[in-house]
This record gives sequence, structure tokens and C-alpha cells, in this order.
Amino acid sequence: MLELKGVSKRFGGVVATDNVSLQVAEGEVHALIGPNGAGKTTLIAQISGSLPTDSGEISFLGNPITKAKQYERVRAGLARSYQITSIFRRFSVLDNLALAVQARSGSSFSFWRPVAAEAALFEEARSIAGEVGLAEKVHSLAATLAHGEQRALELGLALATRPKLVLLDEPMAGMGPEESARIIELVGRVRAKLTVLLVEHDMDAVFRLADRISVLVNGRIIASGKPEAIRADAEVRRAYLGDEVAA
Amino acid sequence: MSWILILEQSLNGLQFGLMLFLLAAGLTLVFGIMDMINLAHGSLYMLGAFIASTFVQATGSFTLGVLLAIPATAVVGMLLEMSVLRTLYARDHLSQVLATFALILIINEVTRLVWGSDAALPGPAALSGPVELLPGLRYPAYRLLIIGVGLAVAVLLYLLVTKTRVGMLVRAGASNREMALAMGVNIKTLFTLVFGVGAALCAVAGAMLAPLFAVQVGMGENILILAFVVIVIGGIGSIRGALVGAVLVGVVDTIGRAFLPILLGAFFQPRVASAAGPALASVMIYLIMAVVLYFRPQGLFPARG
Amino acid sequence: MKRTALALALLIAFPLAMLAIDHLFYVSFASRVLIYAIAATSLNLVLGYGGMISFGHAAFVGAGAYVASIAIAEGVTSAWIGWPAAILASALLAWVIGAISLRTRGVYFIMITLAFAQMMFYLVNSMKAYGGDEGLTLPQRATLGFGLNLGNEVVFYYVVLSILAALLYALHRLVHSRFGRVMVAIRENEARVEAIGFPVYRYQLACFVIAGAAGGLAGALLASHGKYVNPNVLHWVQSGTLMIMVILGGLGHLWGGVIGAVALLVLEHAIADYPIPWLAQVAPNYQQHANLGVGLVLLGIVLFAPQGIAGLLSRKRHA
Repeated sequence: MLELKGVSKRFGGVVATDNVSLQVAEGEVHALIGPNGAGKTTLIAQISGSLPTDSGEISFLGNPITKAKQYERVRAGLARSYQITSIFRRFSVLDNLALAVQARSGSSFSFWRPVAAEAALFEEARSIAGEVGLAEKVHSLAATLAHGEQRALELGLALATRPKLVLLDEPMAGMGPEESARIIELVGRVRAKLTVLLVEHDMDAVFRLADRISVLVNGRIIASGKPEAIRADAEVRRAYLGDEVAA
Repeated sequence: MSWILILEQSLNGLQFGLMLFLLAAGLTLVFGIMDMINLAHGSLYMLGAFIASTFVQATGSFTLGVLLAIPATAVVGMLLEMSVLRTLYARDHLSQVLATFALILIINEVTRLVWGSDAALPGPAALSGPVELLPGLRYPAYRLLIIGVGLAVAVLLYLLVTKTRVGMLVRAGASNREMALAMGVNIKTLFTLVFGVGAALCAVAGAMLAPLFAVQVGMGENILILAFVVIVIGGIGSIRGALVGAVLVGVVDTIGRAFLPILLGAFFQPRVASAAGPALASVMIYLIMAVVLYFRPQGLFPARG
Repeated sequence: MKRTALALALLIAFPLAMLAIDHLFYVSFASRVLIYAIAATSLNLVLGYGGMISFGHAAFVGAGAYVASIAIAEGVTSAWIGWPAAILASALLAWVIGAISLRTRGVYFIMITLAFAQMMFYLVNSMKAYGGDEGLTLPQRATLGFGLNLGNEVVFYYVVLSILAALLYALHRLVHSRFGRVMVAIRENEARVEAIGFPVYRYQLACFVIAGAAGGLAGALLASHGKYVNPNVLHWVQSGTLMIMVILGGLGHLWGGVIGAVALLVLEHAIADYPIPWLAQVAPNYQQHANLGVGLVLLGIVLFAPQGIAGLLSRKRHA
């Protein structure tokens, strides 16, 4: 569904992405792991379109998107959630999600009719809020939510665009075990309907959810394959997992 | 249209461009390092000229007066930074724009109260005559001095920024402020220093240009826009960009004003040429700015990657 | 709603009151204030709601003023031609300037809008055919027909008031529309708006053009009001004045532009025409240095009350 070929990016003297080739098959949960500073977020940014690549090609659903703008990729079905929460803090939860729904339902060059009159938008927003566990908090201001709830909203915004493939950048960042379990469960539910490229540090979640894993170190993919193979890979253990990883 | 005329105008353009560079250099550093938009930079240029006029009158010597004005203006700049401008670093750009705009109004009125609406700063008598550069090309000695001073300051600035430790900190700050902060650079002092240097450069430009243009309240605003255009073309945070941009703007603007009406006259009727010529000349540099931005929205030599 | 009704009632009653006490001059002054209110409101759209720090808004007001003036000077006195032409010209100018400027961000954007506006100033300044730096005097105000004589101060006032009211209502609808929501979201978190599938650039450009067009209308009214236009109406200091009005009145508040224009212009007029005895004793020329006061007030607002007057009022209501 998503294919990267020879994608590279450098910032001045630093090579952030080094000739990365990657394939994400339809319907799978593909995890991208690697130590801090490996370049995972940079890679995600290039896939989602907020950062241009220096070289290489990216194609989505068989179509080349290397030159496509970010909003065009979103409209094609490629959405992203952020590692550092990026929501609309002064909007309510409902308004946050309604805006994302608004993005894909008709033109927003409409200057007269009040949005409040569009019941369909808000109904869908409500159902998405339910999906991510924020049904009780729809009218709360996003800024007043607890960290875990904000991360849920973060996910909700990505899901609200009804993507075919979603890039989840460390969805469980800064979460305690209970909240993490909720996210894992959410991803589990959502995987039936869409493809996921998941960047995570939480190895427990990764090995539980992933169909395949790719390992990124210093901007290069050093291994890619099924979880058992990755767990057993010597180079990966050395570079990242450490030899004490539970079997 | 003789070669003499072209050379003469080119020298004028170079001279103007070098002075613009002095203004732009200080401005681009403040933008690049402190990420602060400072509309009052032109006011420092104006204050430099007014303060110089007072010192020149008091000492009777052009050189002494200008030399005294430089540190004096630098001190004013640093005081301004420590009192008001420091509180703006953390604020959003709109607040910075409005606050420094307010400073322009305040400084303009205070200048009026202290000096009146204008002041006189005549050039040194010794340099009031022309110098024969080439057979047939006689160029005012004072303008040659401006070019000399401009080049000297440019070289000094280059050495300061590339060869000294402080300069290295400045460059580091311009390309990545967070990193510089994380490395423990004493930001407060560095900022004040940068501001002081910027103010000093303004004073040099203001004092040197004063004998050519008028010293009056409001002179800062006009040249400030040009400095902005220079920085946008050159790239924020880049001294090299400021130099290239400034010389480009200075030369294009001067030559444009001098020759565009004539050039148009060769192709169009006199009525059209005399109407369109000055109009086109006045917008030349903005057109160039627009073209540069279209291809390189970050300017020609952006300090940040 | 009640406050709006009260404000409108006062504005409607104002000229009648002035007529009653035979102070017709104030009606003309009030028209001028309302025209600036329109200009400030147009800036409020792009600055307050859109979050775009455009420091060149005077260019659009000025373009409108000049197009309307040139029409009248050339004998086309009908406002039905002149004013739409002004709006169109400003919209076009905003399109061009916006298309280039909006490709940049941050300090670049501010400086570029400033530079382009100043470019317009120099351009207009060099148009000798239309007065150059001396400006253009008009033989009359525009004509509306329908028996409405714009030369009559009271009639002109009510025309301006109607336009202002219509614009405020349109702004109200705009803010609550789909487009308005996107603009406010862009102001809040631009990157995320793009990441949920909106072409941010297009929305910002549209907002820029709408604001420019409204500014152009204000310019056309200004030209008719004073029967005079000169390049200073495009100078960036004028852009600054409009910004002061918006921040003074309240950025992003519906009535922000109106409150700011009223506050600033009334204050300026009061300082200039009504000397305060004890102040005059201490600082004899203080009236000529009114800008010092404006500067200090502006600085104070930015540092201590960035929400402006409307912000203070709504805080009192919730307190």
C-alpha cells in the first residue's frame, strides 16, 4: 500500500534519512522501531508530506506521491498523528473532531451558512469521540484535558479524516500503563479497517500489535521482517534491544 | 550615456549599498538570533545622526563627532534592549511589531522635543571637493570616504563573526538558538552585546550619510524598509546575505533611478517614458525582492538550514 | 445582542442629536470615524481572525481610495461604478501581494507585506498625472442616485453606517461559517490544519483578498468623504495606525475594529482641540506631541493589556 524507495534526507552535515526503502502491505500493522535520534519522526514527516525528501520515491496505493503536498496526501487517505500533541487547544473536543470531518466533506469555501447548523458533521465527530474514548468529554476544551485524553484526541483527529493508512508517531508517549493499554486496544480495534504504520518505543505494545517490524538506526533500515525474526536478529539486539529483552 | 556616468552611478550605488549593509547587518542578527522583529532599528539610525550632529557641533570636528556618536548610540541601544526590548523576546511577533512601532513613535517625539524636527550635519570641509579617479571621472571625495568606511566595517564585521569566539557564538545562535542556549551560552549578555553592535553600526551609517541626506525626524522609517528588503533578499541571520543583498539593492536602486527613464525613452514615446520611468524605478527593488522570494522564499543565503 | 442593539441605536441617533444642537461638523467627523472603523474591521479579519500579521494593509485602503478618486476625477461620478471598481482593484492587489507573501512565514511575511505596501506608496507617489505627492483633489463626492445626495453630511453618515453594519453582520456570519472555522483553526495551529487535509495557503489567500477588498471599500468612502486623496494614505505608518486601532479595540473581537477606531480618533481629536490647562502649563507644546502619548499607550497595551478594550470588557462580564 505504501512504498518507499531510496528515500534520503540530510540537514546540513547530518544524514537524517539514509537511503530508506520500506513497504507497508495493506491491512497490516507495521511497526517502526529504533533508538532515540534514529530519524523516525523525520521519516514520518517525509511520508506525510510536511518535510520534502532530498531524493527517493514514495508511492501510495500505487500512485507516486513524492511531490504531492501534505493536504493532497491526506485527501488520498494518508493521515498522521503527532508524537508531540498537536491539537486545537482552544476548541472543544467536538469542534476539534468536527473540523477534521469538515475537511473531507465538501468545500469549506462557504462563507455564510453557520457550521453549527450542520448536524451531520457533529454526529460523526461524536461517534469518533466515542471510538477514542472521549464520549464523556466532547464539550470540554482541549486544553483542559488530561495528557492521556489529549493523546486520545490526537489519535481521533487522525482517524477523523477516515484514512486508509495512518501514521502513528509514538501514540503512547508519556502515558501510564492503564492509558497505554487503552491505546493498544484502540489500535487493535482500528486495524481491521485500516493499515497502520506505528512508531513506538513501548516494546510490549510493538510485539503485541505488529505484523511486521522495521528497525531504523542512524537513518538506515538495518532489519525488516516478522517480529520473531527481528527479536532474534543479532544486529538488532546489539543496536537497540539489548541482550536482556524477554523472549 | 557615457561610461563615466555609468561608473559614477555604480559608485553611488556601491556607496549607498554599503551603508545599507551596516543597517541590515545589525537587523539580520537581531532577527536571526533573537527571532525578534525590531521596527525601531531605523530610529537608532536616526538617533545616530542626531547625536553625531550634536557632537560635531560641540567639538568642531567631523571625525571626532562621529567617533563619539558611535559608542553613545550603542549605549542608547543597549539601554533600550535592557529595559523594553528584553521583555519582547518571549512574546509573539505581533506584540513585537506593535511594541517596536510604539517605540518609533516615542523616539520620534522625544527627538523632536530634544533637537527639534531636524538638525544640521555638514561633511568635513577637507573632503568637500572631488577626486579624479580616472581621466574624466571626478568623484566626490566624501563619497569615497563612505565607501572606504563601509568596506572597512564590512571586513571588521567579517573578522569579528568568523574569527572570534563571540562571533562564533553569534553564528551558532543565528543558525540554531535552542542549541546555543542548551550549550550554556550566556544569552542575556550576548543579546545585549549584539544589540549594541547593531546600534553602533546604525550610528556609523546615520552619521556618514547625514551630510548627503537630511537629518530629520522620520529618516529612519524610510531606510528601514530598504533594510527589510535587503534582509529578505539576503536571508535572515546571514551577514553575507546582508552584504550581497545590500549592494544589490543599492546598485539596482541607484542605477535604476538614473537610467531607467532614459532606457525607456529609447523604446517608448517621451510622454510614456517620463511617466513610467520614475514609477518603474521606484519599484525595481521590490520587483527583485518578489522574484527572489518566488524561487527562494528563505532568501539567498539563509542562516538556518 | 443587547449591547449590539444599544450600540446601533446610539450610532443611528447620533446625527439627529447633533442636528438638534446645531453641531453638524461632528457628523462629518463621525463619518470619518466610521470609515476608519470599516478599514480597521477589514484588518481585524486578516490579523485578528486570520492571524496573519499583514503590515501593509494601508496599500489596499489606498488602492481603493485612488481608484475611486480617479474615477471621479475622470468624470465617472457614479458610486455604483466607482466603489465596485475600488473593491475590485484592492481585491486584485491583495491577490497578487498575498500570493507572493503567503509563501513565506514569520518575520519574512511581516517584512514583505510592509515592503510591498511601501512599493505601492512610491508607485502612487510617482504618478504625476494624478497629483503625485501633492495628492488629488476631487470636485465632488460620488453620486448614489435614488435622491440620496452624498454631499449632505447626514445622508453620507447614514450610508457609511449602513455599510459598516452590513460588513459587521457579514463578518459575524463569516466567522461562524465553515471558512471562518478553518481560519480560526489556522490561527490556532496551522500545521495541524494542513495535516487534516486543508490547503492552508488557499484559505489564507482567500481571507487576505476578502480583507483587502473590504479595505478598498473603506478607501473609496474615505476619498469621497474628504474629496481628497494623497499618497500618505498608503504609507506604512497608516498601516501601523490601523493596527493600533485593532489592538486597542480588541483583536479577533467582532467590534474590535470599531471600538479601536472610535477610541483612537476621538482621543486624537480631543487632545488636539481641547487643551488641558494644567498640562499646558507643565508642557506647553504637548498637543503637538500627541504621538508620544499614542506610543506610550500602545506600548502599555502590548505589555499589559494585549486583549484590548473589548478583551477587558468581556473579562469584566465573566468575572
